[in-house]
Amino acid sequence: MDLISFGDNGWGDELFVATLMTIAVAITAMLIGFLFALIFTPLKLSKYKFLNLISNFYTTVVRGVPELLVIYLFFFGGSGSIMYVAQIFGYYDYIEINSFLTGAISIGIISGAYSTEVFRGAIQSIDKGQFEACHVLGIKKYIYFFKVIMPQMLRLAIPNLSNVWQITLKDTSLISVTGLVEIMRQSYIAAGSTRDPLFFYSFAALLYLMLTYLSMKFINRVEKKYSRGY
Amino acid sequence: MDLELIITSFPKLLSATLVTLKLLSASLFFGLFLGLFFAILRLNKNKLIRGFAYGYSYVFRGTPLLVQIFIIYFGLGQIEYLRTTFLWVILKEPYWCAIIAFSLNTGAYTSEILRSAFETIKPGVIEAGRSLGLNKVFIFTKIQIPIAIKQSLPAYGNEIILMLKGTSLASTVTLLDITGVAKFIISTTFRPIEVFIIAGSIYLFITFLVHNLIKYLEKKYRYQ
Repeated sequence: MDLISFGDNGWGDELFVATLMTIAVAITAMLIGFLFALIFTPLKLSKYKFLNLISNFYTTVVRGVPELLVIYLFFFGGSGSIMYVAQIFGYYDYIEINSFLTGAISIGIISGAYSTEVFRGAIQSIDKGQFEACHVLGIKKYIYFFKVIMPQMLRLAIPNLSNVWQITLKDTSLISVTGLVEIMRQSYIAAGSTRDPLFFYSFAALLYLMLTYLSMKFINRVEKKYSRGY
Repeated sequence: MDLELIITSFPKLLSATLVTLKLLSASLFFGLFLGLFFAILRLNKNKLIRGFAYGYSYVFRGTPLLVQIFIIYFGLGQIEYLRTTFLWVILKEPYWCAIIAFSLNTGAYTSEILRSAFETIKPGVIEAGRSLGLNKVFIFTKIQIPIAIKQSLPAYGNEIILMLKGTSLASTVTLLDITGVAKFIISTTFRPIEVFIIAGSIYLFITFLVHNLIKYLEKKYRYQ
């Protein structure tokens, strides 16, 4: 147990910080994913074939390609493409984007594809009469979306969003290849310096289990709140 | 866009596809048996056995695949006793470690898929079999399993695609599958976009094939 004690002799404090980092990356990625879903869900439901095509391309490609490959694309291609854009504006120095942002964006794009599918499914399963009723009552588009469609959509989407959250949380372990010190990376460092990989990777597994367990508890509560009256 | 790089790296990535497909088929094969085994345990009346099967699927579904591979590849080698047994022949090979990790992982998901399929079978079907005097094993193999397979096809198709993406993690334990080769080419040429396009299209092509295969099977096994 010395290995996970807090302080200079153990890895407890390092692993604690790393766990916070994992949570931070996962939440950031999830929010970035929502941002993408906010853009692509309307495109998916649009009547224009071309917009549907763009959105379908995004969700199909991202969900069909391994997460690791997407991370490598952003890890190796991220700073290069930003430097390319900067050069157009006459900035020639080396730009390095930090690994937190690279990781959060690449995982966020993946999570966004899943969220888009969830939101599309939820909106499509809302009764058609709801839309028609709003139309008949002449409610403004924004109000009807936020006050009528959104609450119903959330109720239907939360169980599936909790799956997306679990996927996102587990995907953050892959960011360790970019050198961001989250649970996986910290365990790798600790395992390397103590020559005790079995203990540290098992401990990492335990930390992930704890995170998934706690988030399930939390999500169940939210789910209850949103399904009041059903 | 560097067309020459695309042309030169395509055959390399294509030969790596073989590694990916081998990993995928081996782990799906073992995973299916594990999944079936644990799904049957989940239907057991004994609480302890049920709890064990639930614990297995909970742990493997609640932790990242990367951790599982690392525990098996880096961790198990640490146990002195294992090094003296015949298991060490398997465990020192990253290839087999990856297959073990993938099989256990997909086994956990498959057991959930099959369990829910078994649970949706109407009790009347089983009762009908019993009233005809069929024995338990016959009912299970000839009635329950075919219905469960049919029920779980769409979900299992998703699982195959998830596993295909999962095999990319084999590259973290030195195996040269599609992602491993892609990473190697990217880190030597610094041309991520071109390589991503080819590697991504290979994965998408496999996904496309799996998707259509499942669709075909679903059609074939639909109720008349």
